[in-house]
Amino acid sequence: MGFFIEATIGGLMSGMLYALVALGFVLIFKASGVFNFAQGAMVLFAALAMARFAEWIPQYSGLENKLLVNVLAFVGAMGVMIASAWLIERLVLGKLVNQEGITLLMATLGITYFLDGFGQTVFGSDIYKIDVGMPKEPIFLFEKVFEGGVLVGQEDLVAALVAAALVGVLAAFFQYTGTGRALRAVADDHQAAQSIGIPLNRIWVIVWAVAGFVALVAGIIWGSKLGVQFSLSLVAMKALPVVILGGLTSVPGAIIGGLIIGVGEKLSEVFIGPFFGGGIEIWFAYVLALIFLLVRPQGLFGEKIIDRV
Amino acid sequence: MLYRENGQFKTTYRTDQQIFPIAQDRYLVLALVAAAFLVVPFVASEYLFRAILIPFLILSLAAIGLNILVGYCGQISLGTGGFMAVGAYMAYNFFVRIEGMPVVPAILLGGLCATVVGVLFGIPSLRIKGMYLAVATLAAQFFTDWAFLRIKWFTNDSSSGSVSVSGLSMLGWTIETPADKYLFCLGFVVVFALLAKNLVRSHIGREWMAMRDMDVAASVIGIRPVYAKLTAFAVSSFIVGVAGGLWGFVYLGSWEPAAFSIDRSFQLLFMVIIGGLGSIMGSFFGAAFIVILPIVLDQLPGWLGIPLDTALTSHLTFMIFGALIVFFLIAEPHGLARLWSVGKEKMRLWPFPH
Repeated sequence: MGFFIEATIGGLMSGMLYALVALGFVLIFKASGVFNFAQGAMVLFAALAMARFAEWIPQYSGLENKLLVNVLAFVGAMGVMIASAWLIERLVLGKLVNQEGITLLMATLGITYFLDGFGQTVFGSDIYKIDVGMPKEPIFLFEKVFEGGVLVGQEDLVAALVAAALVGVLAAFFQYTGTGRALRAVADDHQAAQSIGIPLNRIWVIVWAVAGFVALVAGIIWGSKLGVQFSLSLVAMKALPVVILGGLTSVPGAIIGGLIIGVGEKLSEVFIGPFFGGGIEIWFAYVLALIFLLVRPQGLFGEKIIDRV
Repeated sequence: MLYRENGQFKTTYRTDQQIFPIAQDRYLVLALVAAAFLVVPFVASEYLFRAILIPFLILSLAAIGLNILVGYCGQISLGTGGFMAVGAYMAYNFFVRIEGMPVVPAILLGGLCATVVGVLFGIPSLRIKGMYLAVATLAAQFFTDWAFLRIKWFTNDSSSGSVSVSGLSMLGWTIETPADKYLFCLGFVVVFALLAKNLVRSHIGREWMAMRDMDVAASVIGIRPVYAKLTAFAVSSFIVGVAGGLWGFVYLGSWEPAAFSIDRSFQLLFMVIIGGLGSIMGSFFGAAFIVILPIVLDQLPGWLGIPLDTALTSHLTFMIFGALIVFFLIAEPHGLARLWSVGKEKMRLWPFPH
C-alpha cells in the first residue's frame, strides 16, 4: 500500500510539472488559436538564458550574493522572453493572421527550429546547471501511517507548490485585472474584442510574454532537476497529451490533465510496464489521452466543439 | 508564347479529362520522366545519387502519401514517421523470414501492414478533429518507436536493435550501384505518383476533398465519413509505408528505429506544407526543397570561404532552416505549387500581357 501511495504521489508531482509546460500551450491557444509547438523550445531557451545569466553576472560584475544574482538572472531571462514574444508577434504571427491552423502550427515549428539554433548559438550547447537553492534530499512522509513511510523528493514537492502557486497567480491575473479581462475577451471572440477597442496585437504580445514567463518557470524547475540541455525541449512532447486530455482551451484542464497523466504514467510504468518490457511511459500518456478523447473529443474541460454548416 | 493552349480543342470527354489537358504540360512531364530514366543515370555522380536524388525520390513518395491525408482529406497527421517505420520493419520481416521472398512484394506487403496500422490509428479521426487529432496521431509515432525498439520479434532478435538488408535484386537485376538504386526508386515513384494523381481525380478523391472542406456538409450530401476518412488513412499509409520500405531497404540499408523518429514526421509535414497542400506536384517541390536546403546550408560556409566550426554550423543551419520555413509560410502560405501555377498563368500571357 505504501508503495502504491508513493507511486501515486510521485505521479502527482510529475503531473504538476507537465501541467506547468501544458499551461503555456493552453494560454497561447486560448488567446490566439495558435497551437504553439515552440513551447518546448521556449522552455529550453528560457532555461538557457537563466543559467547563463546566472553564470555571467558574477563573472562580469563580481556580485557574490546568490539570491541577488538569481533574481537578476531571472529578470534578464524574462526580458529576453518578452523581447522574443514581441519579435514573434511582429515578425511571424502578425503576418499570418487569418491563416489556417495547420499553417500556424508549422510556423511555430519553424520558430522551434530557430529558437533551438539561436539559443545554442548565443548561450552555448553544453549542459548547464541552474542552482536556485532547491532542496534535493528526499524526505519520508506518513511514517506513522505506513511501515517505512512514503518517499517523496523535496525537489518535486517544491516544484509542485510553485506550479500550484503559478496557476493561482495566473487565475487571479485572468480574473481580476483589466488585461486579464481583455485576454479573456480575445479568447472568446477575436472580432468582438477588436470591435470594442481591444488591441489584438498587444494582447498577443502579452500572451506570448506570459507564456514565456510560464516557460521560464518550467525551465528553471525542470532545469534544476535535469540540468539545462537540449533534451529539455522534449519536455513539450510530454506535455502534449496533457493539453489535449485537459482540453486545449482550459487552464484548470491543464492542471487536472497533468495530474491524470502523471499518475497514470507512473502507475502504468510500475504495474503494467513489466509485462511489456518497460519503457511504456513514452506512449502510454498518448494512448490514455486518446481513450479519453474518444469519449470527450474536446478534452475534459475544453469548450464544446460545435459544427455549423 | 510557347505556353499557350490556343488551337487545342477538346472534342471528346477523354481528351477533356486527361491528367494534363494542355499539350505543353504533357510533353514537359513526359520529357522530364524520360530524362530521369534515360539521361540522369548516365550523367549524375555517385554523390548526387546518394545525397540528393535517392532521398529526394523516396521522400517525395512519402510526401505524396502524407499529402493525400493532410492536403486532400484534411486530417493532420504527425505520425508519418511511425507509418514509415511499420512499412520498413514489416517489409524487413517478410524479406528475411520468408525464404526467397522477392524485394518488391516484400516492400508492398510492408506497405499493406502500414495500411492496417494506419486505419487503426485513423479510427479516432471519426470523432476527434483538428489539433486534437494532430496530437492524437503522435500516439502512433511514439507507439511504433517503442514497439520496434522493445519488441525483439520485429528486429529478428538482433542484439543491437538495428536491422540490415543486403542483396537486393529484382527479376535477375541486382540493385547494387547508386544508379540501380535510383532507377528502382524512380520506378516506384512514377507508378505511385500516377496512381495517386488518378485517385485524387476520381470520385474517391472528390469525397476526400469534400470531407476536408466541410465534413458535416459532406455527410449531409451522402458521403460516408467513415468510408472517406478511413480510405484516406489507408491509401496514405500504404504509400507512406512503401516509402518507408524503400527508405530502409534502398537508402539506408541498415537502420534502427531512430531513422523514423518524430523528426521525420515533422520533416514530411514541412514538405507537404511548403510544397503545397492538396497537390501531387507540390509534394515533389516540397521534398526537393527540404532535401536540398540543409545540404546547401551545410556547404555554404565552405563555398564562401568562411571558416566555422561544425557545432556552430549546425546551430546556424537550424536557425536558417527555421527562419526560411517561417518566411515561406508568410510569403506563400499555399506553397511552391501555388507559385508554379501563378508562373504558368503568367507564361500564358507572356510576352504580350494584354
